[in-house]
Amino acid sequence: MIIKNLTVRFGAFTAVDDVTLEIPPGAIVGLVGESGSGKSTLAKAVTGLVPYRGEITGADPRRIQMVFQNPYASLDPRMTVGASVGEGLRLPRAERRAEVERLLSLVSLPAALAGRYPRELSGGMRQRVAVARALGARPELLVADEITSALDVSVQGAVLNLVRSLREELGLSMLFISHNLAVVRYVSDVVAVMHQGRLVETGPTEEVVGAPRHDYTRSLLEAVPRLGRTS
Amino acid sequence: MRHLLRTPAGLAGTILVTLMVVLAVIGPPIWGAEAERINPAAILQGVSGEHLLGTDNLGRDILARVLVAGRLSLVLALLTTLIGAAAGVVLGALPSVLPRRGARLVTGTVNALVAFPSLLLAMFTAVISGLGAKGAVLGIGVALAPGFARLTQTLAASVASADYVAASRMLGVPRMRVMTRHILPNIAEPLILNLTQALGNALLALAGMSFLGLGVQPPSFDWGRLLFDGFGRIYDTPAVALGPAVAVALAGIGFNLLGDALARAAARGGAAVKAAPAGAAVPRQETEPDPEAVLEVRDLTVTFPGGVTPVRGLSLTIAPGEIVGLVGESGSGKSLTASAVGGLVPYPGEVTASRLRLCGSDLDDLTEQQRRKLLGTSLAMVFQDPMASLNPALRIGGQLAEVSTVHQGAGRAQAWERAVDRLDHVRIPEPARRARQHPHELSGGMRQRVVIAMGLMGTPRLIIADEPTTALDVTVQRQILRLLRQVTAETGAATLFISHDIAVVGELCHRVVVMYAGRVVEELPVEQLATGAAHPYTRALVASLPDMDTDRSLPLASIPGRQPAPAEVGSGCAFADRCELASDRCAELPPLVPYGKAHRVACWEAS
Repeated sequence: MIIKNLTVRFGAFTAVDDVTLEIPPGAIVGLVGESGSGKSTLAKAVTGLVPYRGEITGADPRRIQMVFQNPYASLDPRMTVGASVGEGLRLPRAERRAEVERLLSLVSLPAALAGRYPRELSGGMRQRVAVARALGARPELLVADEITSALDVSVQGAVLNLVRSLREELGLSMLFISHNLAVVRYVSDVVAVMHQGRLVETGPTEEVVGAPRHDYTRSLLEAVPRLGRTS
Repeated sequence: MRHLLRTPAGLAGTILVTLMVVLAVIGPPIWGAEAERINPAAILQGVSGEHLLGTDNLGRDILARVLVAGRLSLVLALLTTLIGAAAGVVLGALPSVLPRRGARLVTGTVNALVAFPSLLLAMFTAVISGLGAKGAVLGIGVALAPGFARLTQTLAASVASADYVAASRMLGVPRMRVMTRHILPNIAEPLILNLTQALGNALLALAGMSFLGLGVQPPSFDWGRLLFDGFGRIYDTPAVALGPAVAVALAGIGFNLLGDALARAAARGGAAVKAAPAGAAVPRQETEPDPEAVLEVRDLTVTFPGGVTPVRGLSLTIAPGEIVGLVGESGSGKSLTASAVGGLVPYPGEVTASRLRLCGSDLDDLTEQQRRKLLGTSLAMVFQDPMASLNPALRIGGQLAEVSTVHQGAGRAQAWERAVDRLDHVRIPEPARRARQHPHELSGGMRQRVVIAMGLMGTPRLIIADEPTTALDVTVQRQILRLLRQVTAETGAATLFISHDIAVVGELCHRVVVMYAGRVVEELPVEQLATGAAHPYTRALVASLPDMDTDRSLPLASIPGRQPAPAEVGSGCAFADRCELASDRCAELPPLVPYGKAHRVACWEAS
C-alpha cells in the first residue's frame, strides 16, 4: 500500500502535512512520534475515520482494519467475546461459530473464551480479542495504534510476540504506531519518524536506530530510558 | 436494591410507589361500587364519620372515589410516559442512523422543540386531538418527547464516539445494527432511570390538565377531575379538594424520589472521598527507629471493607538524598502505598502500620493539626496528571504563593516573589510572566514543572512522585527526570518514585522496590536490576521489556496469567501460579529476607 502526499487539516491546523509512505506487502512499518506529531491522525485517515487530501493506493479501503489503544474501551461491555469477534462476519450461524473459534486460536486464546464478557478478561487478553475481531475481516492492512501502551509490561511482551507471529504466519502488512521507540524497533521492518505533522525520517529499522540522519530522531533515541544507565 | 432502601429518600420513594401500585390494583374492585353509588339523601355533605372526605353533588363518597381514581390516574400517566419516551428515543436516535443532512434536520427540530414551552405544546396537541383523556395523554406525551429526545441524543453521541463503535463501523456493520447492538443497550440504563421521574411528572401534568377541564371527562374520573369537581367547594369543605390533591402530591413525590434514588444508586462509585484516619490497631514495633531515615514505614497495610487488602505488610525506609523506585503493575498497591503515607487513602479504606515515621516524628503521635502542618511543609507530591494538582481557574503564581501564606505565614508580595523564584528554579522560562498565566496556557511538561515548584515552596524532606512522567513524551520525560534528580540532590530530600515502567525506574533511582499483589517481593540496588535480580517476577519483568538492544529474532519473554486482584490474594506466594520455579513450599508465604548486600528477596526458590 502506498500513501501519497496525504494531508489532514482541521480548520487552520494542519495535523498531517504531505506525508508519503509505502507499506510493502507482508512488512511491519513502525511509526514513531510524540503526542501531537500527527501519527494517530494519519492512522485515522488511512482507516477512513477522518477526511484527507492525497491518495492511498494499493489497498481495498474495506480491508483496512484497526486495533485501538485502549482495550477497555474498544470492546462493547455488553457483548460477549464471541459476539464481538463475530460481528463483522457475514456467515451462517454454524460456520460463524467455527470461524470465531479459528480467529481466537489465531491470537492464542481458548475457544471457551467466546462466551465470556470483556470485564472477565485481563487487558492483554482483551487486546488479543480486538486483534481477532480485526482479523475476521481478512485485512490487507492492520493499523495498530499504540496497542501496548495501556497494558502492563508483563503482558505487553505477549501482544508484541503476537504481532510478529501474525506477520510471519499470515503475511499481514501492518502500520504499527507507538511513542515507544524500543517497542517499534522490536516489531518493525521499517521505521518512520513523525514530527509536527511531517515525516522526518524513514528507513530500515537497523539504519534508523543505528545511524539516525535527522536531529529529531537522534533526540528521540537519546531520550529512550535504559535500565541501569544514569544520565 | 439494598442501596435504594438505605437512604431515607429512596426508602420513602419506594414505599410511596409501592402503595400507589397496590392501590391501583386493589382500589377499583374494593371501593368501585361505593364510588359509583348515587345517594340523593347525602348530596354535598361535609366531613363526617360515615364519609371521611364528604360526598359530591350526587352523594357519592369522595374518599372511595379518590381510592378508585388511583388506577386511572396511574394508567394514564404510564401511557403518557410511554408515548413520550417512545417518540423521544426514536427522535433522539435518528441522528445516529440517518445520513448527515437528515441527522442535522432532526437535531434542529429537537432543539426547536426543547426550546418550545412544553405546556403550550401539550395544550396545543390536546386541543387538536380532541377534549378528553385521549387528548390529554397525547398532549402530555408529546410535551415529554423533546426532553427524552435530547437525553437520548446526548447519551447516544457519547457512546457513538466509543472505540468499539468505530471498530464495528470499520468492519462494515450497518448503522441500524450499530444502533440496536451497541448504542441502545449501552444507554438503556440512564433512560430507564429517567422514565421513573418522567412518570411522576406525567402524573402531575395529567392532573393539571384534568383540573383545567381539558383531561378526563365525566363519568370517568381521575385525581385531577376530582380536584376540579371539589375545587368550587374548597372554602366551605376543604377536605373534598384536599383529598385528591394529597393523592396527586404523594404519587408525584414518590415517583420523583424513587427516580432520584435510582439514578444515585446507579452513579454510586462517584461517592464522596474523605481521608481515612491512620489507625493504630497493629502493635507498635519494639525495635529502635532509624534516626537517619526521612521516611520509615513498617508493616503498612491498607484494607477496604469486604476483606480487600491492596497493601499487605509493606516496609520501606528512605534516607535523605536517596531516590527509591517503587515498581509494580497496575493493581500491585504501589499508588495506595503513597496515598497511605500522605494520609490520602480514600474512604472507606483503613490504614494500619506498626510504624509510620516522617522526619523523625511518629505520625500516629501527632494531633490532626500537627500532622497537617508536617505533611503540608515537608511532603511534596507529584501526580501523573498535573491538572489534578492545579486549580484551572487560578493563576499559577497565586497557587504557589498560597503554600507560603498558609504554612509559613508569609506576606502576599513576599510569597509571590518566592513563587516566581521557584518557577525559575525548575527552569521555567520567563517565570514572572508564567506566574500570571493559568494552567491551561502551559504544556504538560511545564505543568509538571509547576507542580514540582509547588513542592519546593516549602523545604520538602520527602518527595513522592506517582507516575509523574507517564503522560509525557519521552523527550519531556527525560527533562522531568533530570529535574527530579537535581531537586533531590539539592534539597537532600528523600524521594519515592512510583512507576510501572521499570526502565525509567532503572535510569533514575538508587534503589528499587518491586511490588506484586500488595507485597514487596524484592528490594535491590539499581545496579543489580538488569542482571542481578533474584525474584522470578523481577527477572520476568526485566526480560519482557524490549529495549534498544533486545534481540529482534527471539520472542520476548512474557508472564502467563495475570496478577490476582486484591480480593483474590491467597495466603501463600501470590506469584506462584505464574512462576516457573514454583514448588510445594510456595503455598506458604515467603518472608522478605536478606540476599547479599542491600538486597532482599521474598522467594523460597531464589538462589
